[in-house]
Amino acid sequence: MAVLTIRDALNQALREEILRDENVFIMGEEVAEYDGAYKVTRGLWKEFGDKRVVDAPITELGFAGLGVGAAMAGLRPVIEFMTWNFSILAADQIINNAAKMLYMSGGQFKVPIVFRGPNGSAFQVSSQHSQALEAFYANFPGLKVVMPSTAADAKGLLKSAIRDDNPVIFMEQETMYGMKGEVPEDEDFLIPLGVADVKREGTDCTIVARSFTVPQALKAAEELEKEGVSVEVVDPRTIKPLDIDTIVNSVKKTNRLVIAEESHSFASAGAEISHQVMENAFDYLDAPIKRISCAEAPMPYARKLEVLALPSVEKIVKAVKEVCYL
Amino acid sequence: MNATAEKVTETIDPETVHAEYLKRRKTQLKMIKETPKEKLLEMLYQMIFARRFEEKCAEVYRMGKIGGFCHLYIGQEACGIGSLSVLRPDDMAIGSYRTHVQAFVKGIPAEQVLAELYGKIGGCVKGKGGSMHMFSAEHQFYGGHGIVGGQIGVALGMAYAAKYKGTDAVAVCYFGEAAANQGIFHESANMAQLWKIPVIFICENNVYGMGTSQARAMSIKNIAKKGDAYGMANEFVDGMDVMAVRDAMQRAVDRARKDGSPTLLEVRTYRYMGHSMSDPGNYRTRDEIAKYQERDPIKLFFDSLKEAKVVNDKDLEEFENRAAAEVEKCVEYAENSPFPDDSELLTDVFAE
Repeated sequence: MAVLTIRDALNQALREEILRDENVFIMGEEVAEYDGAYKVTRGLWKEFGDKRVVDAPITELGFAGLGVGAAMAGLRPVIEFMTWNFSILAADQIINNAAKMLYMSGGQFKVPIVFRGPNGSAFQVSSQHSQALEAFYANFPGLKVVMPSTAADAKGLLKSAIRDDNPVIFMEQETMYGMKGEVPEDEDFLIPLGVADVKREGTDCTIVARSFTVPQALKAAEELEKEGVSVEVVDPRTIKPLDIDTIVNSVKKTNRLVIAEESHSFASAGAEISHQVMENAFDYLDAPIKRISCAEAPMPYARKLEVLALPSVEKIVKAVKEVCYL
Repeated sequence: MNATAEKVTETIDPETVHAEYLKRRKTQLKMIKETPKEKLLEMLYQMIFARRFEEKCAEVYRMGKIGGFCHLYIGQEACGIGSLSVLRPDDMAIGSYRTHVQAFVKGIPAEQVLAELYGKIGGCVKGKGGSMHMFSAEHQFYGGHGIVGGQIGVALGMAYAAKYKGTDAVAVCYFGEAAANQGIFHESANMAQLWKIPVIFICENNVYGMGTSQARAMSIKNIAKKGDAYGMANEFVDGMDVMAVRDAMQRAVDRARKDGSPTLLEVRTYRYMGHSMSDPGNYRTRDEIAKYQERDPIKLFFDSLKEAKVVNDKDLEEFENRAAAEVEKCVEYAENSPFPDDSELLTDVFAE
């Protein structure tokens, strides 16, 4: 196994899939000559040229639509949004076209496309550049929503997403691009979409975390261990389809659940998970489910306020103690 | 650029357009003589059939057989039929929510189009799409689309794929004049020209975006000229003259096949019916509709063909009878097709 950053793991996945399938191409803003705004596509244009790695004008709706049409006609586009915030401009193509095309066409037109880019906050990039949009996209039937939290997951999930015959919303996290982890070197290393991963086993409380909050939850678990609390951390990795069974099995074991997420709390993926746990494991819960989410305000610029708004190790530790009545 | 068409640009008044039409009569008759007779007859029949088909849709809609929105093509037949007449089967087409006619002219059996309107399993998309969403992978018909202009970006991608794969297939995209105000039109036009993507944008200017006339919604009159903003070849076309549409389309297709260059065609037409079946049409007068109907595309084409001695009145009668019988067959098929099974609700959401 090689130790890679999440950025390089994603890069490797893209490179391998471009080599594997001639119909795969990457399009987005600054993905080619600039090497990617966050360097996820570094070196790919130099290696593969204009056909496979395409700089698009700043025209999100347009190139998202181009991707949908190209996918319907047999290609496998990977469309990069410089950040998911900009995808809102392209939402019509993603939601009205990509998500519904197979259904509207009575099963005739598949849309094998990946929309990817960083989701959530970075450091002090303020209100319009700090949104976690997974719940928004997960609400629409026809879209898969994937959120890796480790380098291995990033690679294995992106490769699966590119090979999937459905539109996949692939959400990375800017502040996590530099995080390192072991990554299998097998070119067919795939992680299936819709399978959760237990990142740490424990017996007293389950934390369901994704993307940004996974490293926080693991840190919180370490701290809680010192106080004699055994925490299990479950990373769904795919918000849709959601592997609720793994979550429910964990809750049945620990009887307590904290959900940590970077998005706002109202109608979030965490709210959905909470509801499904209530439906499937109501009798197993020894305490009300607690959620840690982003504050219900647009993201402020001041670092002090930004930290206050976001989930943190401390907030997660506190929540676990509350559900454990400690 | 067609020199006679240039003069039409300043107005969409049907009298002026018709004066130009009369001036190019000789050219038109020459075109007719140069076109294979079978093609001419096919186009005439398609136009008559399209008219009767859409009239039947209106009739059964009023009987409650068709639900939801139902946007009819009556008056606009020359646009779809003239343009599709030059395409190959491997060329791709996509349109708006007003595409019953393009759908069956591109090859979807008409009875499947009607059954789709009925919401039946025998519909071209199994009753899941309705009036606005006709699709056929087999016939390279990429759908009717319900969001104004949404199909323009998709068309760009379809053509992009053709070029990527190294074929010389083209994609044609139909949209109304109101869609030319949407951002997606401008974003797609820019990329199409920038990258030489073989897409033909057909703006069917039927004068009204629902109840809002072009004059009240667009800062300029000449939509084709929007192509100039992107350095894109563009033409105004008399959309009531099927031969003019065919001719302009041929130039556009040649251009696209040659080096991928896109074209914007503004095809000036008029819809006789409301925006949809639920439109009372209070925004225009009966006189206005009657004025446009004097230039009915079927009548114009028939008169020309008759003058060129390609058809006679008896042929017309025969075509009418055949169309009526074909439409009745469609009705029978649609009536007899079952509604989708409940299990269809949750199929085709995701590909396996």
